[in-house]
Amino acid sequence: MAGWDLLRNVWFLLIGVLLAGYSILDGFDLGVGALLPFLARNEDEKRTLIGAVGPVWDGNEVWLLAGGGALFAAFPAAYATVFSGFYLALMLVLFALILRAVSLEFRAHDPVRRKLWEAAFVGGSVLPALLFGVALGNVVVGVPLDARTEFTGSFFTLLRPLPLVFGLLGLCAFLLHGAVYASLKSEGVLRQRAERTSLVLAAAFAAAFALSLVMVGIYLPAALKNIPAWVFAAIVVLSLALLVAALKKGRDGRAFFFSSSAFLGLWGIVGAVQYPNLVRATDPDLSLTIRNASSSALTLKVMLIVALVGMPLVVGYTIFAFRVFKGKVRPGGAGAGY
Amino acid sequence: MDAVFLARIQFGLTAGFHFLFPPTTLGLSLLIVIVETLYVKTKDAVYQRLSVYLVKILGTVFVMGVATGIALEFAFGNNWAAYSRTVGDIFGAPLAAEAVFSFFLESVFLGILVFGRDRVSSRTYRLSVFLVFFGAHLSGLWIIIANSWMQTPAGFRLEGGRAVLTSFGQAAFNPSTVIRFVHTILGGWTTGALVAMAVAAWLLLKGRSAAAAAHLMKPALAVFAVSAVLQLGSGHLHSMQVTRTQPEKMAAFEAHWKTMDGAPFTVFGIPDEKNERTLLAVRIPKMLSMLVHLDPEGRVLGLDEFPKDERPPVFLPFAGYHLMILFGLLFILMGVWGVWLQARKKLATSRAYLKLVLFAVPFPYLANETGWIAAEVGRQPWAVFRVLRTSEAVSTVVPAGNILFSIVVFSLIYALIGVAGLTIILRTVRGGPGEPAAGAPKGEA
Ligand code: HDD
Ligand code: HEM
Ligand code: HEM
Repeated sequence: MAGWDLLRNVWFLLIGVLLAGYSILDGFDLGVGALLPFLARNEDEKRTLIGAVGPVWDGNEVWLLAGGGALFAAFPAAYATVFSGFYLALMLVLFALILRAVSLEFRAHDPVRRKLWEAAFVGGSVLPALLFGVALGNVVVGVPLDARTEFTGSFFTLLRPLPLVFGLLGLCAFLLHGAVYASLKSEGVLRQRAERTSLVLAAAFAAAFALSLVMVGIYLPAALKNIPAWVFAAIVVLSLALLVAALKKGRDGRAFFFSSSAFLGLWGIVGAVQYPNLVRATDPDLSLTIRNASSSALTLKVMLIVALVGMPLVVGYTIFAFRVFKGKVRPGGAGAGY
Repeated sequence: MDAVFLARIQFGLTAGFHFLFPPTTLGLSLLIVIVETLYVKTKDAVYQRLSVYLVKILGTVFVMGVATGIALEFAFGNNWAAYSRTVGDIFGAPLAAEAVFSFFLESVFLGILVFGRDRVSSRTYRLSVFLVFFGAHLSGLWIIIANSWMQTPAGFRLEGGRAVLTSFGQAAFNPSTVIRFVHTILGGWTTGALVAMAVAAWLLLKGRSAAAAAHLMKPALAVFAVSAVLQLGSGHLHSMQVTRTQPEKMAAFEAHWKTMDGAPFTVFGIPDEKNERTLLAVRIPKMLSMLVHLDPEGRVLGLDEFPKDERPPVFLPFAGYHLMILFGLLFILMGVWGVWLQARKKLATSRAYLKLVLFAVPFPYLANETGWIAAEVGRQPWAVFRVLRTSEAVSTVVPAGNILFSIVVFSLIYALIGVAGLTIILRTVRGGPGEPAAGAPKGEA
């Protein structure tokens, strides 16, 4: 069964990669969406920001679908427990994502309800940006599961201190990432505003991060002895510091790189603390782990082939698309879209 | 109302709404490929304007497909947690593969289609058009694999009540995958082609952009007529497969209560499930045996062969199946009439035909929906045919009230985006394909 165990470990890692990819890619368009009312002061500025995410947000969001699909295929028991257990919270995320998915297209072509669709874009970005962290905080800190590994809590079980702080940290990280992306894609006053906002958000991120460490210390004291987690925490801190330095020099591209690596650090911490658990149960004997929640070795192998064949292609044409749409967005200019 | 019933309603509602869009995407992306190809072949700029026009419509349809697909991806964990635990070893893989192989492809290149015309070379643009077409069809294949496995499961064994994969090939290409894929894709082509014909018909009736409209009508009619005729063949093979692999479902389709040799085909009737008879039945003797066995004396199993608690409901599958076939026959007639008019060069001026095309736009959607309803309700009481009952597939921890709440909100959101999306599409259509630029090249009269 050594091969099976290796596959389970590989899939733990790969799901982490998909979710990290999701937060880095969709993260910036969620952030831009949430910040739209603060950053853009007129229709031209709005169109700049919307044009910066318009052609790419859907491809970015597919990382979430791929992560969800991979969780289903590799660890069906964890998929089943989390998605049925966190039912109402996930429904809220779904409603938000559905409205957000149509919002940009509809905002551009349905002038009668423009305000509504803009609100859908903003709200549909804020809510997931907040709730993803809350959900993650819950599976990290532990949820009440029964002997059949079914969730026995309610919606309000989810709103405990550590998950809420994780939600806040996630929100800050998405906002920061979005603000940095906005400055990367814009010019003039809009860019200056985005850079200033980024600096404020970097401070907020640092505070939320410190608070999260305190929370982890209180609720998961064992994690404080986890060396790899500290290494990843150092990556987060270093990324933030370098990000601020890059912003001060007006190097937006570099800043974007570091707001991305900050996400990698955050996911590294979660992975290190969580391994080998997928969903921690209040009673540790009932936790869903990569062993008791996984698919058969054959399914994991088939899925690995799918990933090895498919993901390089995805990365390849994603890079291609980002190059097609690279550079500053000028509303009304060629290919500016919405 | 119990949770099982509500979960079924929720799935039927969200999948049914989603499936308004994918068929349109399948057919329209094929037409865009054709129009772009004609542009290369003829260098006639009218095809380029048509491509821009159709891409605009596709863009709106596509985001609605995306928006309504997201909920489905997570529905299995939300509402069907027991299902996900029991068959996740097999069922999750095609969903994940669909995202990896198709959703990325479609969405990345749709971005280029809608926003990138001025940013990439025309060759790259045509390649993107093809990749969107290809991605949409590949996505159909993966989801049909998942669905077909529920209908005719294969390539697994049961271990402690859970299904464990033994052969990915057999699970993916189970006895109904190929024919269901062909049938569903052809339905999509019929749908998208009729939409394009309707756009052209509307322009012709209004006397606007007549040349462009005629250029659009021709390939659209060709796709429509060919797919409508092929659909009869694929539907026939599909019926034979159902008879072979799910005989109780075929018995429900035909309200065929008792096993008999030389079974008749019921053209019309009202199934009365309680008394196991069909009211007002109009039957063609021996036709059913002929259709499903190619033998007028062939034996067709009736519902009486199956224990009562394993029989599917009859009314909805019967009605769905017969409506779909009715529409299918109508499409063939419409295709033939259209081709006949075209051959006589009267298509653009036959107001009766153009009006029929406009009037018929809802029909392929109804055929798709009634087809799915027949296939899915006819699978009951099983979630996975003869393996897992629907009543045992549902999430046990989700209170019925939560599901009801989600149904209400889904309905409101879908009503809102349905109305807004339709308004936008109609506005795009009304905007027309634009007029040829001054000094336009040949063919732009
Ligand atoms: C035969 C075709 C077909 C069928 C039966 C289904 N779909 Fe679908 N789906 C498509 C064909 C399609 C498509 C044509 O590929 C779409 C429409 C627009 C698009 O983006 O892709 C799509 C979009 C789409 C998306 C959004 C993808 C994105 O963000 O780009 C998801 C998550 C799903 N689907 C999931 C499902 C699930 C879970 C289904 C069944 C339970 C399902 N679809 C039935
Ligand atoms: C998109 C087109 C589809 C439509 C319109 C459709 C329609 C329906 C309907 C009407 C029901 C309710 C049946 C009942 O309980 O009486 C249903 C149930 C269901 N369908 Fe489909 N379906 C579609 C595609 C799929 C696909 C592709 C899958 C699998 C990948 C699927 C999986 C299910 C499941 C899990 C249920 C709920 C459990 C059950 O009733 O067995 N459906 N669908
Ligand atoms: C012309 C006669 C037709 C016949 C004999 C026929 C036959 C069938 C059969 C037997 C099924 C059920 C398969 C199952 O339960 O597993 C089915 C399903 C379906 N049909 Fe048809 N069909 C016809 C026309 C059409 C048309 C014109 C359309 C759409 C434009 C269509 C769309 C569908 C769809 C979407 C499904 C559900 C998916 C599937 O199971 O394939 N059909 N059809």
